[in-house]
Amino acid sequence: MRYAMAVDSKKCVGCSDCVVACQTENNVPIGYARDWVREINHGIYPELHTELRSERCNHCDNAPCVRSCPTGASHYAEGGIVKVAEEKCIGCSACIISCPYDARYIHPKGYVDKCTFCDHRVKDGEDPACVAVCPTKCLYFGDLDDPNSEMSTLLRVRKYKTLIPEAGTDPQLYILV
Amino acid sequence: MVKSRRDFIKISALSSAGLFVGNQVVKATSSVAGSEKQDSDYKLPSELKRTPTYCEVCFWKCAGWVHKDEDGQIKKITGNNLDLNSNGRFCPRGTGGVGMYYDEDRLKYPLIRTEERGKQTFRRASWDEAFKYIADKMAKIKEEHGAEATALFTHGSGGKHFTKLMKGFGSANVAAPSYAQCRGPREVAFIATYGQGINSPENTDIRDTRCMVLIGSHIGENMHNGHVQEMSDAIDKNATIITVDPRFSTAASKSKYWLPIKPATDIALLLAWIHVIINEELYDKKYIEQHAYGFDQLKAHVQSMTPEWAYGITTIKPDVIRETVREMAKAAPATIVHPGRHVTWYGDDTQRLRAVAILNALLGSWGRRGGFYMPDKVSVPHAKLPPFPKPEFTWRDAMDGKYQLADLALANGMCDATIPTSGMNRSIKGWIVNGTNLIETLPDRKKTLAAIQNLDLMVVVDTMPMEITGWADVVLPECTYLERYDSIRDSQHREPTIALRMPAAKPKYESRSAWWMAKNLSRYMGLEQYFPFDTLEEELDHELKQMGTSLAEMQQVGVKKWKRAYDDIYFKDGEAVEFFTNTGKIELYSTAFAEAGFDPMPTYTAHPEPPQGYYRLIYGRAPMHTFTRTANNPNLTDLMSENSVWVNPKVAREWDLKNGQEVYLQNQDNVVSSFPIKVRVTERIRWDSVYMVHGFGHANKKLSRAYGRGASDAEMITNVMVDPIMGGTGMRGNFVTFRFTKGEEA
Amino acid sequence: MNEDLIVSGRMNPLIDPHLGVWEWQIPSYLFLGGLAAGILFFAGLFAVWNKEEQYPTAVRKAPILVPFILVLGLLFLFLDLKHKLYFWRLYTTIKLESPMSWGAWTLMAITPLSIVWAGLHIREFFPNWDWKFQWVKDGVNWLNKYKKEMAWAMMTLALILGVYTGILFSAFNARPLWNTSILGPLFLISGLSTGAASIVLLSKVKAERHMFARIDLGLIAVELFLIIHMFMGFNAGTQTKINAADLFMGGDFTAAFWVLVVGMGLVIPAILEILEMRDKKVPYAAAPVLVLIGGLILRFILAHAGQMSHWVMN
Repeated sequence: MRYAMAVDSKKCVGCSDCVVACQTENNVPIGYARDWVREINHGIYPELHTELRSERCNHCDNAPCVRSCPTGASHYAEGGIVKVAEEKCIGCSACIISCPYDARYIHPKGYVDKCTFCDHRVKDGEDPACVAVCPTKCLYFGDLDDPNSEMSTLLRVRKYKTLIPEAGTDPQLYILV
Repeated sequence: MVKSRRDFIKISALSSAGLFVGNQVVKATSSVAGSEKQDSDYKLPSELKRTPTYCEVCFWKCAGWVHKDEDGQIKKITGNNLDLNSNGRFCPRGTGGVGMYYDEDRLKYPLIRTEERGKQTFRRASWDEAFKYIADKMAKIKEEHGAEATALFTHGSGGKHFTKLMKGFGSANVAAPSYAQCRGPREVAFIATYGQGINSPENTDIRDTRCMVLIGSHIGENMHNGHVQEMSDAIDKNATIITVDPRFSTAASKSKYWLPIKPATDIALLLAWIHVIINEELYDKKYIEQHAYGFDQLKAHVQSMTPEWAYGITTIKPDVIRETVREMAKAAPATIVHPGRHVTWYGDDTQRLRAVAILNALLGSWGRRGGFYMPDKVSVPHAKLPPFPKPEFTWRDAMDGKYQLADLALANGMCDATIPTSGMNRSIKGWIVNGTNLIETLPDRKKTLAAIQNLDLMVVVDTMPMEITGWADVVLPECTYLERYDSIRDSQHREPTIALRMPAAKPKYESRSAWWMAKNLSRYMGLEQYFPFDTLEEELDHELKQMGTSLAEMQQVGVKKWKRAYDDIYFKDGEAVEFFTNTGKIELYSTAFAEAGFDPMPTYTAHPEPPQGYYRLIYGRAPMHTFTRTANNPNLTDLMSENSVWVNPKVAREWDLKNGQEVYLQNQDNVVSSFPIKVRVTERIRWDSVYMVHGFGHANKKLSRAYGRGASDAEMITNVMVDPIMGGTGMRGNFVTFRFTKGEEA
Repeated sequence: MNEDLIVSGRMNPLIDPHLGVWEWQIPSYLFLGGLAAGILFFAGLFAVWNKEEQYPTAVRKAPILVPFILVLGLLFLFLDLKHKLYFWRLYTTIKLESPMSWGAWTLMAITPLSIVWAGLHIREFFPNWDWKFQWVKDGVNWLNKYKKEMAWAMMTLALILGVYTGILFSAFNARPLWNTSILGPLFLISGLSTGAASIVLLSKVKAERHMFARIDLGLIAVELFLIIHMFMGFNAGTQTKINAADLFMGGDFTAAFWVLVVGMGLVIPAILEILEMRDKKVPYAAAPVLVLIGGLILRFILAHAGQMSHWVMN
């Protein structure tokens, strides 16, 4: 099992539904977010290019946050999902600093919090909340170990990139371009 | 034998008859709402962990589910998979709708003004007191000026209930700013062309389109849920998108062609497109021959309107004009020249939308797959009520015979009719304002305030303290849509569908539903006969049972779909279609306009351009907000807490503006924004314009998250270009410049 | 013109517009750790060399401060934790990949050792100190027999601690400014330098002062070499590294770094030390105080600049 997510930047309109759906699904307190939307613009009027995409934890195969955690609170869970065990976290922030994607934040309760790929939903066969809500259906979630999954197919037929691949983290958030 | 709905509608003489007839009179039950009965409105089936609703954060009204946690607290809202408006996916505002319920700044109690109007000094009142106050004032207005001297402004579901109250009282003055400040010109243009409006949700068949043209319409930033979803489907299917916009909108960034047009010149582009499509014979000949009226006149009309002519006006190169219209023709009839929604721009908007309608006709897209489908809807069998008294005059009497072609009331017209100098012998003296923040919604704020100062009574019904509530005499706190039943949603779509809204929680504080308010006011005003049911549940159950379902069933399913009664979503090949126009044809040449003394075919007129140092103010939407009403929603301010003013880098250099710097805006009439706004230096806006998202810059201090965040575009809109055909208020003729301090000139 | 912006979400001021989760606690902790490492290293070194009598401050006196320095450092580390009640979790695992973990364990080892060492030399500060209990006295006598071994252990642990203060930063690949192998040696040398400086400050013996001034001078030279080497490395690297170096070459930290750290904290003290060695009249405390302040500022600047440096998002 290797869970992964893909974002189709050709379809994403940056509406931020993924952000608010994650907040209400996961009781993320107001003022914090586990995912976010980025807009990148290139060019000079009227020769312009805009890329919009929803970003979150890349659930890296080689996750620096897991390595830097002094207590083992940050760990790999089923399907390669990178998670934080609240009761082991001392709030030292090393994992926050280790993440080139800035995907982690300190929950007001003190522990470090992040995207879980909504593993509580995935267990029930549902998509993560951001994927399930996305009005443009630009988010995809699935198992890369299954060659027949939609995810595997997408990565076969579509052009994609990963974020900051040169950081060597082996990220599992794929940006379809 | 009735073969299609068109025949059926013809038979029933254009009445509002639909699928369900057989309305039966329901006798008013013995007593008016008793105290016990009033509360039953909010009885909840406690065993339900999720309750159905349809969203009230915008007009799209998606149907979904409200989910509660173990303690019965509202946790999240998701879409209902059966719902055609949302397909089970709510937009950010709908998902963030929970914030409306939890917003601690909500209106909590009925309030009665204690000092002069607008000073925002109120005292807490009981419901009984508030109702009595309103009923007394209304009675006095009726005695002195006639019941006709009252008006209702409404936007949203609660309006239906107050409308009944107003009509029963004897006034026909019911207006929604969504008409003359928004989509009115579009409706009039399409009725003139096809005998049928666009309505909501728009009948654009985006899902199956091969080519979609967006003119200033920013789908994706306007979060019209179903349309955003379908545009995404179209992108998946490689449809061509052509966007005409001086701003590199999100939609433009998804487009094969982006035409960075000089603002206010769209009609020239449309006419040039029509010129090419006719002269290159790219139009759907069979369709035009069979269905259209006035093709020859149109052909003659556009002969001089070449792409070269349009280039000089629009700055769009002739070959691009030709290439794009050829793309449209290639994909036709699965081509949509999207009519947009907020179209009140330059005062000739009905004519611009006529050009859009005509272009669609030439492409043969009306009534065709991938173009415009023929929507269907359920008509809910309402209980028959005693006849409403016939008003002796309405707002129209203040219009000097203008705007006869407006098919709905003009909110700004209502405002005019409230100012006594308007040449009307009896001006409007009482307003009920439900769920619309007129101060921010109507252009020309000075006039709105002048009208308000002339009132004997202004009642504001809202969930949040807004600018308009500050001017009220009585404020009635409405509960949010998550805490109430409402009328059945019966909006049009590909298939007839209904949706139920029921409360997921008890109303917080002392807030109550609009139905409950209207019902109780009817007692105080002696209009009980128009509210024959004790509770809204009874009324809904009564209606639903006639439709073959019930309240109990709807509480379980939320949405119910019917099969279309007729297989007429698209025109059949060669089918003789009768259009509800004077000629029974698609009118390329509008006989109705000609009759009323307007141009029967659209022409281009130049509009004023910004003076030196000023920039055209273009405003729009952000996907996480609905106008001003969500600006304080904790979940949505979390996504976007203020607007910024988009400035082209060239302009920024000229003014030495830095990203994030705060400036005040000043318009051509020397109105300065109340609050500063942050500059966003971006290539995405033309150098002759600035852009900002509508709905920010709130001046009501009671909005703790929204007060003073960003600036209000509405405040800058003092120049209104009124559409002579239907009275729409063109708002894009305002020019702003920058000021670095509020006090002095920049 | 290009734009890269976060449209929504992640509005956390600790993360955006740039990372700022480590404030004053961690750089202070690293400074104190380096200082303690420096003092203990020299104490161990001169004890092993049997130079205890010539350099009493280095071997006996200065180390007495170390337990306090380390405890203060640990207190700062504790203050930085956001989930404080779970502090003990640090000592339920050994994670060698995590500098934070082996730092915690190194401190766990070196702190008791420094306390014991301090205990052995307590009479330097309190000549009339009496251990009161016979068993304690026995213990002290027994430990005195193993002073050499302790000195070796102290030196080794001090080197680990000193390097750790740099590696805590340099292990973060995500922060290009920190992600250089020079940072470990640099922080070690800087720690030794602050250790030497504090011995100069505390020492009443002129020869000892001169010895450590000389040592410090050497360390400063190495430090300058490492700093120059570090920036050469950055500028020979990828755009990401060049961007990181730019923070000090025209960027936000240029003045603070070159004036305060390099100028005031290294070059001026070096000049003062040379002058003093040539018997010119200079207040002897000036150079070591500047070195200590420079060492502290170096860690503050690197802590904050490092958090501002990031990969270029594609």
